[in-house]
Amino acid sequence: MGLLDKFKRKKIEGIDDSTYLTLREERRISRENTKTIKEYERIRNRKNVSEEEYLTQMRDPANVVEFDNLHTYFFTDVGTVKAVNGVSFDIPQGKIVGVVGESGCGKSVTSLSLMQLVQAPTGQITQGSIRYQDEDGKCYDVTKMPRDKMLRIRGKDIAMIFQEPMTSLNPVFKVGEQMDEVILLHEEDSTDDSARERSIEMLNLVGIADVKKVYNSYPHELSGGMRQRVMIAMALLCNPRLIIADEPTTALDVTIQAQILELLRDVKEKINGSIMFITHDLGVIAEMADYVVVMYAGRIIEQGTVREIFHEPKHPYTIGLMRSKPGGHVEGDRLYSIRGQVPNPINMPNHCYFYNRCDKAMDICKRHYPAMTQFNSDHRAACFLYSDEILPEEKEDKEDGEGR
Amino acid sequence: MAIDTEKGKKPDYTDMEDHIETDLEQNFRVISPGRMVTKRFFKSKLSIVGLAMIIFVFLFSFVGPFIINHTWGYKETQVFKIERNADMVSTAEFKGPDGRTYDYYDRSKTLVIFKAPPSRDHWLGTDTSGFDILTRLMYGGRISLIISFIVIILETFLGIILGGLAGYFGKWVDQVIMRIVDIFACLPGLPILLILSATINSIESIPAEHRIYYLMAFLTLMGWTGVARIVRGQILMLREQEYMMAAETTGIRPLNKIFRHLVPNTMPQLIVSATLGLGGVILYESTLSYLSLGVPFPRAAWGSMIALADPSRGQEILAYYPNMWVPAGLLIVIAVLGFSFIGDGLRDAFDPRMKR
Amino acid sequence: MAIEKMDLTTTNDDILVVNNLKKYYPLSKFTIKKDPVSVRAVDDISFTIKRGTTMGLVGESGCGKTTVGRTILRLHEVTDGQVIFDGKDLAKVPRRKLRKMRPQMQMIFQDPYSSLSPRLPVGEIIGEAVKEHNIVPKSKYRSYILKVMRDCGLQPQYYYRYPHEFSGGQRQRISIARAVALNPKFIICDEPLSALDVSIQSQIINLMKDLQEQHGYTYLFISHDLSVVEYISDTIGVMYLGSMMEMGDKKKVFANPMHPYSKALLSAVPVSDPDVKMNRIVLKGDIPSPINPPSGCKFRTRCPYAMPICAEKAPVFKEYEENHKVACHLYSQD
Repeated sequence: MGLLDKFKRKKIEGIDDSTYLTLREERRISRENTKTIKEYERIRNRKNVSEEEYLTQMRDPANVVEFDNLHTYFFTDVGTVKAVNGVSFDIPQGKIVGVVGESGCGKSVTSLSLMQLVQAPTGQITQGSIRYQDEDGKCYDVTKMPRDKMLRIRGKDIAMIFQEPMTSLNPVFKVGEQMDEVILLHEEDSTDDSARERSIEMLNLVGIADVKKVYNSYPHELSGGMRQRVMIAMALLCNPRLIIADEPTTALDVTIQAQILELLRDVKEKINGSIMFITHDLGVIAEMADYVVVMYAGRIIEQGTVREIFHEPKHPYTIGLMRSKPGGHVEGDRLYSIRGQVPNPINMPNHCYFYNRCDKAMDICKRHYPAMTQFNSDHRAACFLYSDEILPEEKEDKEDGEGR
Repeated sequence: MAIDTEKGKKPDYTDMEDHIETDLEQNFRVISPGRMVTKRFFKSKLSIVGLAMIIFVFLFSFVGPFIINHTWGYKETQVFKIERNADMVSTAEFKGPDGRTYDYYDRSKTLVIFKAPPSRDHWLGTDTSGFDILTRLMYGGRISLIISFIVIILETFLGIILGGLAGYFGKWVDQVIMRIVDIFACLPGLPILLILSATINSIESIPAEHRIYYLMAFLTLMGWTGVARIVRGQILMLREQEYMMAAETTGIRPLNKIFRHLVPNTMPQLIVSATLGLGGVILYESTLSYLSLGVPFPRAAWGSMIALADPSRGQEILAYYPNMWVPAGLLIVIAVLGFSFIGDGLRDAFDPRMKR
Repeated sequence: MAIEKMDLTTTNDDILVVNNLKKYYPLSKFTIKKDPVSVRAVDDISFTIKRGTTMGLVGESGCGKTTVGRTILRLHEVTDGQVIFDGKDLAKVPRRKLRKMRPQMQMIFQDPYSSLSPRLPVGEIIGEAVKEHNIVPKSKYRSYILKVMRDCGLQPQYYYRYPHEFSGGQRQRISIARAVALNPKFIICDEPLSALDVSIQSQIINLMKDLQEQHGYTYLFISHDLSVVEYISDTIGVMYLGSMMEMGDKKKVFANPMHPYSKALLSAVPVSDPDVKMNRIVLKGDIPSPINPPSGCKFRTRCPYAMPICAEKAPVFKEYEENHKVACHLYSQD
């Protein structure tokens, strides 16, 4: 493959446009990664972290979770992937926050960071904090929390629902056993009987008709929609304060999706919890969310209440996404489309990431990354179209300047 | 679609909507798949050790003979007579003409042709026939490696063709080929090889030098079934991939489909199995040579060198001359282990599930 | 079930006529029973597609829409029925001849990752069959491939690259280029968008529309995404559990869905407007297994309007309005 191809390529175009790294670059990246990862792992693996270190104060006590300037990087073989690059948003108590974006925009990594489930050692939270407030009003910084402490929160206070329920259920155990186990693990005063009772109660809650049968069946015996219901029931077992739903309906059919969405809304009311709803489907977001966060290439480009985002989208990317959805189109009209490809957040340049795909790109867009412009208390967008201030050169250069 | 009229001209693509290739789309480069495999391979210490072992064995067997030939002029079947002073040998008495009895002392030097201990001239000594052991180890390694490579190449070739046909066509073709595979696979390899080798040895019309080719043919026949199974299994899996369905809809010939789309995708598995197989063939060959059914005598082979220590020929060599058989045994271990380590390393390197 | 005598004469307008197509997968190969248990993936489906138009086929997973596409192309053997493509019954064409006919009908696959051979460069993927079928003379081969690539929005320097170097959207373009390069008349698009990002989906839709305009392709567009189907198709068929429930002119079906299933399906699509609250019909339960489908009307187990007759008799697929057929007892009573 290797050598011969390089000649061939040059022949056809006369330019070197190899998409492959040279050996030297590869070595350099490897070396740097080893060094950085070692440093982060050392901090992560410390023993006996005192509680003061990760106790903090919430910015607004009405929030369950606050993401504050979160940076999650992956130190991969091809370079540093800035999967989450300075993300700040809040999840208020009892609300649904929708996170939208295309593949590789960092929406899933954001939620995994909150769960401390980022694939170490390549993935590391390098900067920022995630504040979580528990029932007693105690506030923790998840990024600094030791892993054993996190175990108590994960799955109990914060539960997660995944896209493909089949892979998140263990195929060799019965559904009921798996549910009981969660309770027995998290609730100290629970017995086998009480756990069973609770599991069945939850299965009832998610609208499963034949509860006994489902309780005693293996995951593969259930249909996709049923499995997702079981997953939701499982997430509800320990009265979570926050449910992270990562594309929970993407693998389901429309009619089943409608069922599950309705169920999630019901459930939220019943347990008075919050939901962080991650999806790429704008329709689902419009239906579910109270607040919307639009992500692109690891950054938030626009956020606001659902009405603001859908009725007065500001960022050209948000506008483009809305317009490129077919439906409600005039006959024979060409569909609006955003040109170009979805970027992979490696070696991002020091300018607006959407510049090359944007219809309204200006000169300044190629020189700086736009700051967030505040439209009202909730609605913000990162675009130069709305920022009237001219940013001083030196301030920008410092931020995010290491475009390799 | 209209056929392009501007033949040979460089196509004009400036009007292409997507042509505005920007730094954002080309902002990073990936590692080529080949390099990725290399990288993962070298991540494992064991595979590096294996590689070092195999490189050593190769240098020893292929470069070694030249060096030893040029520096000392030693050859594979050269007999070395070692000088030895035998000045206190005989105690035979004989009567002199004077009627007295004399003792006989032989002060001459004799030339002993075997079992010289390690010395400066012969680092590992010489064996029972007076051959230099080091030299023979080199030649023995060469023959072992050549045999194993040829056998593996042949059996992979055979396996690809038969396994490919079985996997792709299925139905009766598959049935026939796989039953043949089953039959071969249930034959006990070693006994059959012993019988066949012994038979060939007894056929006088076959010259001793040619025995080695028959040996290779037998080893191939015994080994191809494994490859065929791997290829068939892989192809059954790959056949369900959408690109095979795409190949079907575009109406590509079956043979092209097998050998352009399917077989190249089984290559990783084949390389792994071939590497692991190399060690096996070396073992087989050594076993046969040990039983003097493999490489015929004047030629060197690791197996036959170990056979010198065979207890049935007396305990003497086993007990007092480790220099004759330990090095050969060590080399076999190094070669077999080395190929195993490399094979394992390659398997992990090719396996996409290891991807990080 | 005996096939009714249908007249084979098709007007030149219809490029594809599917008559009573059936595809059963036997559950066990070795059975003595005469009527072995089988999965009825496609159960008696008929439709026609006019030249140069797009037919959308919608339905949920497991409804057999993908199997319909693959059976039409004989990627799976037809159990029963006719597939008349350009006047020839494909179900009866011998394999060898079929291969020669392949370029006329192409397919674009769902998964852009597994539908491209990983060890062939892009130029080869697109051009392999062009060479095999001698679509263009050898001297023009290279420029032809480059032209096809350009038409599909691929840059010429991609010619020697390998699929793994591309993103999903570009891979789908390659897949389209491969189909288009053979100069087909008819292309089956099997969920070509479902693996792509939202912003890329619209690019691909536009590309497909443009190609259709330029070359007059006929599409069979299989998808579960109703909004896409509404946008791209001229006629639309709604499938459920291997059977066609409703079929007709796109506008008629979308404006006036007659079958309860179509109604539910249409109302289930989320709308990108937080203030529009759909009057949603949420269907109860799951799709039954196609091994043992409900008697009578297959939809009756989930149908909000189910009547006693639905369990007894399968409804007839009948035209109730011009270019609008439905299989439902609600309309056949009077």
